[in-house]
Amino acid sequence: MADPELVRFTLDNGLRVVLAPDPTAPVVGVSVHYDVGFRSEPEGLTGFAHLFEHLMFQGSESLEKLAHFRHVQSSGGTFNGSTHPDYTDYFEVLPSAALERALFLEADRMRAPKLTAENLANQIEVVKEEIRLNVRNRPYGGFPWILLPPVLYSSFANAHDGYGAFEDLEGATLDDCAAFFDTFYSPANAVLTVAGDLEVAGAKELIQKHFGDVPHRPAPPRRSFAEPPPERELVGEHDDPHAPLPALAVGYRMPDPINDVDGYLAHLVLAGVLTDGDGSRLQQRLVHVEPLVVDIGAGAGLFGPFEARDPDTFTITAIHPPDVPRERVLAALDEELEKLAATPPDAQELKKVTARWAAGLHSEHDRLVSRTLALGAFELLYGDASLVYQLADRMAAVTGEAVSAAAKALRPDARAVLVVNPATTEGTDEQ
Amino acid sequence: MSSPTQAHRSAEEIGRTATGPRPLPALGAARGAAELSHVDTTLANGLRVLAVRKATVPLVELRLWIPFAGEDRLHPATAEVLAETLLTGTARRDRVEIDAELALIGGDLGAGVDPERLYLNASALADGLPTLLDVLGDVLTGATYADGEVERERDRLIERIAVSRTQPRTIAREALQKHRYGDHPATREVPEADDVAAVTPEQVRALHAASVLPRGSVLVLVGDIDPQAVPAELERALGGWASERSAVQLPPLPELAGGDVLLVPRAGAVQSQIRLSAQTVPRTDPRYPALQLANLAYGGYFSSRLVENIREDKGYTYGAHSGFEFTGDQAVVNVDADTANEVTAAALLETRYELARLGLVPPTDEEVESVRQYAIGSLVTATSSQAGLAAQLMALATTGLGVEWLQEHPKRVAAVTGAQVAEAALEFFAPGRFTGVVVGDADMLAPKLSALGGVTVRD
Repeated sequence: MADPELVRFTLDNGLRVVLAPDPTAPVVGVSVHYDVGFRSEPEGLTGFAHLFEHLMFQGSESLEKLAHFRHVQSSGGTFNGSTHPDYTDYFEVLPSAALERALFLEADRMRAPKLTAENLANQIEVVKEEIRLNVRNRPYGGFPWILLPPVLYSSFANAHDGYGAFEDLEGATLDDCAAFFDTFYSPANAVLTVAGDLEVAGAKELIQKHFGDVPHRPAPPRRSFAEPPPERELVGEHDDPHAPLPALAVGYRMPDPINDVDGYLAHLVLAGVLTDGDGSRLQQRLVHVEPLVVDIGAGAGLFGPFEARDPDTFTITAIHPPDVPRERVLAALDEELEKLAATPPDAQELKKVTARWAAGLHSEHDRLVSRTLALGAFELLYGDASLVYQLADRMAAVTGEAVSAAAKALRPDARAVLVVNPATTEGTDEQ
Repeated sequence: MSSPTQAHRSAEEIGRTATGPRPLPALGAARGAAELSHVDTTLANGLRVLAVRKATVPLVELRLWIPFAGEDRLHPATAEVLAETLLTGTARRDRVEIDAELALIGGDLGAGVDPERLYLNASALADGLPTLLDVLGDVLTGATYADGEVERERDRLIERIAVSRTQPRTIAREALQKHRYGDHPATREVPEADDVAAVTPEQVRALHAASVLPRGSVLVLVGDIDPQAVPAELERALGGWASERSAVQLPPLPELAGGDVLLVPRAGAVQSQIRLSAQTVPRTDPRYPALQLANLAYGGYFSSRLVENIREDKGYTYGAHSGFEFTGDQAVVNVDADTANEVTAAALLETRYELARLGLVPPTDEEVESVRQYAIGSLVTATSSQAGLAAQLMALATTGLGVEWLQEHPKRVAAVTGAQVAEAALEFFAPGRFTGVVVGDADMLAPKLSALGGVTVRD
């Protein structure tokens, strides 16, 4: 792929901007990433960052409730937002004729969102339905992203449920919303990204016109979420009334995603060597040869890589038949990690993983929404959106020795094991 | 909050600026999508091929659709095992070699099956296309279904079916299929575990020989490719895949008539699945563009009447949707919402109310313009990626349509009048045309659903 042009600048109010022109289709992506995720939410207010994300769609000084959705969609666009451990993003993809409208909409809610008690109450109900849909009424709901952190981590920031407890959600007040907005939703704490069919000079002018007079407020001092790694194997259990089979998730601490990018990438390559494709080590052994599990996967991050600062989590998850003791699955996992620690994977094994990653990155960036969001997230977390385009080469440069070192670091005496116990009887009531 | 001593503005102060509300900017000039260089042809073996150049990234996306219906009771189980073991070895390559060869070209190849078709989806770096096609030709003509692979995948499939059948959406889908189509083969989407256990490697090989056929099938290629060169490349790689017989089409579905919604019990559920369905017309019908806009206005996008009512006004649901389901030459519209037990009956009431209102108080000019722009814009967005374009073209190709339909559709949508939308709304969204299911905790739901009426509650 030709090296794409990136234009980066900062407005006087502190808003960082990334422009990534690409004229191949008459569509444009706009995103705003705020430097706040569920790790920053206050104790007693679990789920608040995500609840607040919902409220940012509910109207502003200029727009009535529902108008935001209508203006995006009646321009031919699509939209959404999502909350991650360390950031919250908002985005639209629209025909490029609607670029100014999208910038207006994002600037408008950055400047003066209308936070009302009625909308808060409504969105608390909507979020509770979202949690019922994705967690409480479904087998393996929240597995492992909600269930594993409380086993691996001890601080509130790292361990708590990012979707939140119902009583916390119900207790959220309008004043909590106001404090959260004023603390975290300042232009100096955000990155605006515009990618796709845009003309740089015109886009700069429109950005200045709409965002330029959003008043500066200082970004909050960035908190550290550091905590010591586990000094022994930590084990937690969870009873899942809907699950038909036992499952387990193994969580390890991994290198600092920001300050040790290459160490982090070595772990991503390791994840591929372990579970990417039929020929990968754990698929081969645990699914096909022995076979001990129904499915197995490995990866970085609770929702994927590159979405959190330190500490970040390397996870291995497996669903297995009831007659397979989990000790056998864990023993096989440890054996495969020991083999890799002793003997680095060869060039061909690495190439299989990194060629698939390269193709996967191309594919992800071919979708304008994914490309826009990746550029914004990298600018926010790494201070460098262009890293997005260097990832494939840097992954290809990961050596077998580095993968060995990553395997060696995943020690059984410094990890968390979450065990999911399936329902023992059909149709048990839960509450 | 994070720092209680830090002063912050009140919610009311935050929502106000000195200069007051600002006007929404107008839209700029629209630019049309680029023309697509493409080939639409049929190979000597009867396979229809649609190849489109879209060089946004150095990749190629491949989709293959083989009509794959079967009346036999064991067909769904055998087909499912076939899909799971199709890529586990040929005379030339074992399972690990297939995976390795694909991995080295950044490739992925997956197979799946449903009552209508066997499908293969693949992607790879564009310069790996010859390898991808070679592997594809190899498995289509030479998949061996080794005993050991079939046995292992069969066991795994049984476990996966157990997991799948605990998913509320799978439970609801099975209930809806059965309720609206009885025992038509289309209803057998997830095979029975006992049937899977009975499938033999011989049966899988026999099904491959009988049904994995090029004639009547469609292959779509989209990416950084030269479409003109594709037919010759495919003749080379897939020429050995041949038969005089045609791939097996699903028999037409019975026309849906409206009727009671069936309450299907799921003890202990904390949320219910509402699933409604009604007969409509396919994309080739002249009424389709108006119907498409009527559906968007009803529940087909976020700014629709249904979502604004039961999510944004009442908080009954996280998501409510309506959308088309195309099977062969037929189409239905489906309405879905998942809701807490306490509000399920109320949500069904509102869902029906909005159906009736769509016909009686038809979409305003403003609503029609909004859905019109959305229909056109979201089509451009969805087809601006290689994978999105490939998926869209495959959906069209199965009813004989192609690139031309896609490129002309914005004009058709632009030409729809408000009166046509109103007509489509009144005809196709009348509540009496719908049937469906509600899956949930019957003890909690039955009293209110019975009182609402139009719901069958079994003892």
